Amino acid sequence: MSEWPLLSLVIFLPLAGAGFIMLIRGEPAVVNQNARSVALWTASITFLLSLLIWVDFDPSRSDFQLVERAEWFTGFNINYHVGVDGISLFLVLLSTLTTLICILVSWESIQVRVKEYMVAFLVMETFMVGVFCALDIVLFYLFFEGILIPMFLIIGIWGGPRRIYSAFKFFLYTLLGSVLFLIAILAMYLQTGTTDIPSLMAAEFTPEMQIWLWLAMFASFAVKVPMWPFHTWLPDAHVEAPTAGSVVLAGVLLKLGGYGFLRFSLPMLPDASAYFTPFIYTLSIVAVIYTSLVALMQTDMKKLIAYSSVAHMGIVTIGIFTLNPLGIQGSIIQMLSHGLVSAALFMCVGVVYDRIHSREIASYGGLAERMPLYATTFMLFMLASVGLPATSGFVGEIMVLIGVFQVNSWVALFAASGMVLGAAYMLWLYRRVIFGALTKDSLARLGDLRPHEMAAFAPLVLLVLLMGLWPTLFLDPMAASVDHLLTQAQQTPVSQFAGR
Amino acid sequence: MLATGVVFFPLLGAIIAGLGGRLIGDRAAQLVTCGGMVLSAACAWGVLFGLGEEPYKIELLRWIHAGTFETDWTIRVDMLSAIMMFVVSTVSTLIHIYSIGYMHHDPSVPRFMSYLSLFTFFMLALVTADNFLQLFFGWEGVGLVSYLLIGFWYTRPSACAAAIKAFLVNRVGDVGFALGIAAVYLLFDSVEFDVVFARVPEFVGATLTVFGGDFDALTVICLLLFIGAMGKSAQLGLHTWLPDAMEGPTPVSALIHAATMVTAGVFLVARCSPLFEYAPTALAFVTFIGASTAFFAATVGLVQNDIKRVIAYSTCSQLGYMFFAAGVGAYPAAIFHLYTHAFFKALLFLGAGSVIHAMSDEQDMRKMGGIWRQVPITYTVMWIGSLALAGVPIFAGYYSKDLILESAYAAHSPFAGYAFWLGIAAAVMTALYSWRLLFMTFHGTPRASAEVMHHVHESPPIMTVPLIILAVGAVFAGILGLPMVEASGEFWHGAILMRHEPTIIEEAHHVPLVIKLLPLLADALGIGVAYLFYIARPELPGQLAARLQWLYRFLLNKWYFDELYDALFVRPAKALGTLLWQAGDVGLIDRFGPNGVAASALVVTRRAVRLQSGFVYHYAFAMLIGVALLVTWYLFRL
Repeated sequence: MSEWPLLSLVIFLPLAGAGFIMLIRGEPAVVNQNARSVALWTASITFLLSLLIWVDFDPSRSDFQLVERAEWFTGFNINYHVGVDGISLFLVLLSTLTTLICILVSWESIQVRVKEYMVAFLVMETFMVGVFCALDIVLFYLFFEGILIPMFLIIGIWGGPRRIYSAFKFFLYTLLGSVLFLIAILAMYLQTGTTDIPSLMAAEFTPEMQIWLWLAMFASFAVKVPMWPFHTWLPDAHVEAPTAGSVVLAGVLLKLGGYGFLRFSLPMLPDASAYFTPFIYTLSIVAVIYTSLVALMQTDMKKLIAYSSVAHMGIVTIGIFTLNPLGIQGSIIQMLSHGLVSAALFMCVGVVYDRIHSREIASYGGLAERMPLYATTFMLFMLASVGLPATSGFVGEIMVLIGVFQVNSWVALFAASGMVLGAAYMLWLYRRVIFGALTKDSLARLGDLRPHEMAAFAPLVLLVLLMGLWPTLFLDPMAASVDHLLTQAQQTPVSQFAGR
Repeated sequence: MLATGVVFFPLLGAIIAGLGGRLIGDRAAQLVTCGGMVLSAACAWGVLFGLGEEPYKIELLRWIHAGTFETDWTIRVDMLSAIMMFVVSTVSTLIHIYSIGYMHHDPSVPRFMSYLSLFTFFMLALVTADNFLQLFFGWEGVGLVSYLLIGFWYTRPSACAAAIKAFLVNRVGDVGFALGIAAVYLLFDSVEFDVVFARVPEFVGATLTVFGGDFDALTVICLLLFIGAMGKSAQLGLHTWLPDAMEGPTPVSALIHAATMVTAGVFLVARCSPLFEYAPTALAFVTFIGASTAFFAATVGLVQNDIKRVIAYSTCSQLGYMFFAAGVGAYPAAIFHLYTHAFFKALLFLGAGSVIHAMSDEQDMRKMGGIWRQVPITYTVMWIGSLALAGVPIFAGYYSKDLILESAYAAHSPFAGYAFWLGIAAAVMTALYSWRLLFMTFHGTPRASAEVMHHVHESPPIMTVPLIILAVGAVFAGILGLPMVEASGEFWHGAILMRHEPTIIEEAHHVPLVIKLLPLLADALGIGVAYLFYIARPELPGQLAARLQWLYRFLLNKWYFDELYDALFVRPAKALGTLLWQAGDVGLIDRFGPNGVAASALVVTRRAVRLQSGFVYHYAFAMLIGVALLVTWYLFRL
């Protein structure tokens, strides 16, 4: 297998599929149906291929695997260089799975410009897989920023009534970070003469320079996570995005920030990371408590889940900066878990939105009567979001909590208080939507989940339970890479910082 | 392997009934879940009677491994978990069978049976845990299923509210528990019971720097764990969910709020006795909270009119007894009471369910009375349950409750005296509210409508047989369980640690005779007053309530805890949420952040291009080109 350019195949197959869809011509209805089928086939094959990455992956190694390298900007030492390690492995799989689910979710709900829509998703898949595989920082940057374009289009074209505002807000926020990140890349290139990520990990920067580089990267990653107070684009983007847009946004795009911290900030800028840890903790705690309280008062389901995402990602950033194996592995699990769970929650909203076109909590009530299967599915993901045992949310949350307690008990206390608030807003949401008596006429003839909806939910249900009951399956492959990361993140003696 | 069966048969039943309930129908769902429980209970009996001196473990699966943090799915079988498995699975089996009769009108039978079995699975997972995290798994699991069961009748707003409340209050305790686990890991570098308990003596006097100060490490850990126990066992401060939880169907009250879930906190303290024994300050706190709860809940129980709520407060109060027993170091006495209590309290709840069934779903005791001839079996078993609860000799509660009070008297630890006297006072009230319940429910003139009275009938055998079996338990469990509390503590084979010699149990046997008689006196007093108030002079309670209006209101409103919490937490949280959203996100961040920029950008673009979807294409294209140009320019400028 190793002779195959497996990673490149997974990265560029969706792009090829997108190109193929572009060529489809004919009757609009036929074009739509063909576009859907081609997209589904492409995404399925890509997903299966990405599973081969897992099969080929050697969990005992801590370095990058399945590495491919090709000359790109000859003479500038900038190359096409891809590979995966234990940190990126599951994020790649998450991307391919999410895309597949997005296409299923959109099967009936998208009826206009289907061709372009499918192209946008497949292009985005290429960018998403690329960003997690890239081992050259320029390549990374291209993918990282490239994702914005299809996402911008998805919100802007297939979104709700305020889509233009939301798309702009999303774009402005991320643009700010991107520019600074680009400057950081250039500065690193000027200093070291390379854009190769493994080489940059080995490079040493002065503390002074680390601080500036760290801040520049932080601007980009913090918006992506999003961390408080850079989060206000997220609720708007989610609310206006079509369901699949929300799914991919929550499922994969929010992980870019956390991945950035793990891939760049910690190993390349260890001193600055240690220096800024209290800062990250503070923002994360504020995020957990602030956004949980805000979520409590939301009347729009999507907004509520969007705010809950910010709170959950706060747990992720806390975990990353614990700088111990328990916390970091916990945060990766939490990222994966959030990717599955919040994607599923947005799909849950999408299911009823498709039926009666309202996201207002007040429009619902008593759905359990008419939609028992839906109620059960929603329940499972609601509980996973709250972090109940046997679900992935439990594992991630408790690992981060115990991990951070080793470093700072206050942070653990505040993070844990998010457990209570998180339960409060989710249970309340569920009670208002699903429980109660079914009195509204508009809900009287609702049908339960349809086959393609079940197909979209099924893998998420299985994975959430699998990750909750047998997390070893996911923890073992990442262990070596996380240990390696921690040795890289060992800061140089603190004395260098004494002057600051 | 038997122990594996104990834990997983209920899960199997739950899965089949839960997922396949629609396909296989009500009857099959009942059979599957009850069958699973019978198998589980049979295995549990086998485990208990087959257990020699040596505890053993069954390893199932690797769970969470990261760095030095290692937890596995392991079933731990020692005397403590064997006793708990025995109690949980036996009582749960009877409740399952009873539910077939009690819930036969309900449209969602498979769902109900599935929840019951799932709950039992989590409880069994809790008691067989081999490490703190697995215990926490079961711990959170029972919290979850209790949420589902309390809110089982989800169309009722009150049931939904009670379910959420139960979950949230429990979660507050769980935060303490989770932090406790984290502290255990910080100190011991492990969360496995064996490793942790073996190393406790090394850390006596060690300090832990947490929450901005240096504290005695073991005390901090024990207090954090105990906060978890307070939530699950409804101790003073975190008790507010238990009475509301009576919104669930009655078998749920019997299973969760009497025999199993609420006892998890007591189990936790007993399981962690090797830790608590070295944390005297924490033990003093446990004693104080336990005694206060025993007293507080009894006072509130005196004035409740809902038959289930009286029993609920009684449970709260009895849990208080268990805790102060543990607090003075008499852990075996606490577990002994847990075990007897499981039988007679399940009996009382199911008996109350039988009454409610007979009275056409009426729960208010003021609308009952004069029905004892029509429901002889229910009436008899309620008497037995009450006698056992009050601790009248030969009944189960007598052995355990007296031992607890004697231990408190004999103990030298702080708050032991406080616990003893509040315990005696609570004993008087226990007898009083129990007989108040009996007299108001069964005696006197009928206060229900003629229509309801016409329908009063004894329950079918599927309900009365479990009642009778539990009644047998409520009589004999005490005598049969006496080996648990032999003075040396040998019975436990190290599963419970009592560090001091002679043990507190030993000392309890040597208290003066008058102290041994005092609980009996308390019973007599309580029953006498109840007779006076509710049989001889029924007008007295009303007059007393009128004279002591403020006290009556104070008790009727449960010491105003709900109102206090609402004002302190619920309303501020909502207000703050709205404030942060409107003032923080919209007013501050957006206004000065993206909106300013976006607004101006929009103004510009509006003039340039009409807003239509085609525009976005252009924009994105321009952006892509822009990024490419930017990169190229930087690269080639070098």
